[in-house]
Amino acid sequence: MGQDGEYDVRDAIQAGTVWITGAAGDEIEAYLAHPLGSKQHGGVVVIHHMPGYDEPTKEITRRLATYGFAAICPNLYSREAPGASPDDAAATVRAAGGVPDERLVEDVAGAAAYLRGLPGSNGKVGVIGYCSGGRQAFLAACRLPLDAAVDCYGAFVVGEPPAGFPLRVRPLLDEAPSLRCPLLGMFGADDQYPSPEQVAELDRELTRLGKPHEFHTYEGAGHAFFAVDRPSYRPQAATDGWRRIREFFDRHLSA
Amino acid sequence: MCTYVTVTRPVEGSGKGANGWFPVTDASVYVDHPTHAPYAHTVNIDFLNPAAGPGARVAVELTEESALALVEAIQAALAAAPAGIASRDQRV
Repeated sequence: MGQDGEYDVRDAIQAGTVWITGAAGDEIEAYLAHPLGSKQHGGVVVIHHMPGYDEPTKEITRRLATYGFAAICPNLYSREAPGASPDDAAATVRAAGGVPDERLVEDVAGAAAYLRGLPGSNGKVGVIGYCSGGRQAFLAACRLPLDAAVDCYGAFVVGEPPAGFPLRVRPLLDEAPSLRCPLLGMFGADDQYPSPEQVAELDRELTRLGKPHEFHTYEGAGHAFFAVDRPSYRPQAATDGWRRIREFFDRHLSA
Repeated sequence: MCTYVTVTRPVEGSGKGANGWFPVTDASVYVDHPTHAPYAHTVNIDFLNPAAGPGARVAVELTEESALALVEAIQAALAAAPAGIASRDQRV
């Protein structure tokens, strides 16, 4: 019998919007999904892709809760576009030049602190990000005390952006010596951002530095193969990828 | 891929969004994932008024061929009209 006599707490979750303290002390919107019941759990910060804080990303957040983690997805576009629809918010932030790296790191730090403060937290927090969020997950794992990181096809961890690039992104390979936790990388063999060569370069550098990491590149998949609402979705790669993500977080975020 | 590339231009005119007409001040053009069009990538054009908030937006997501056809149509329409008739300095 579960809480209130209604649910079996082995798989019951609760989800909804909360407000957390992000960079510069700003209150930002976030979507929290967490298991019910009294069992101790680890936490995961979900970094949304460039198209924003949308329904599929909230679904990812809920999915992680069903795996037994407290998961939170901060709305990185909260400040520029409070209350806007995800696509309008993404367009606004894109036109303004994107999310600055320093602010992103502090927003993730705020989300991680929120997770550690939840009842039932075991103190361990990981991060997962998709697309631009993959790069941001790597960045957060280099700058913050996290316990596990998953980079899903993040471009520009390796490789200079093309000349005249209007967004403020730079490669992060020089930060790799600071990587503080194991990294799981999920990539598509047909992707060019990041390309297989760039993934191989990151792999070599992390090996050289002795940083624990595990990379998987799926044949027949390109960018965004986890995105269930887009034509890039590849069910086999995504299904296998989710299994590995679950195992990875189980290994590193369990008490 | 996420191109991140965004080309922006100041523009003058009006657009009709979800809440009716509004003055358009900025345009963004980028080749990236669409929100709605059934393709992996499209040419996305946003007509915006940042001062009026994120909802002041007219958005289209076009295939490459459609975007180029639109460019050609704009040029053809302008070429068919007296020069300067739609200029900001036009006589009224």
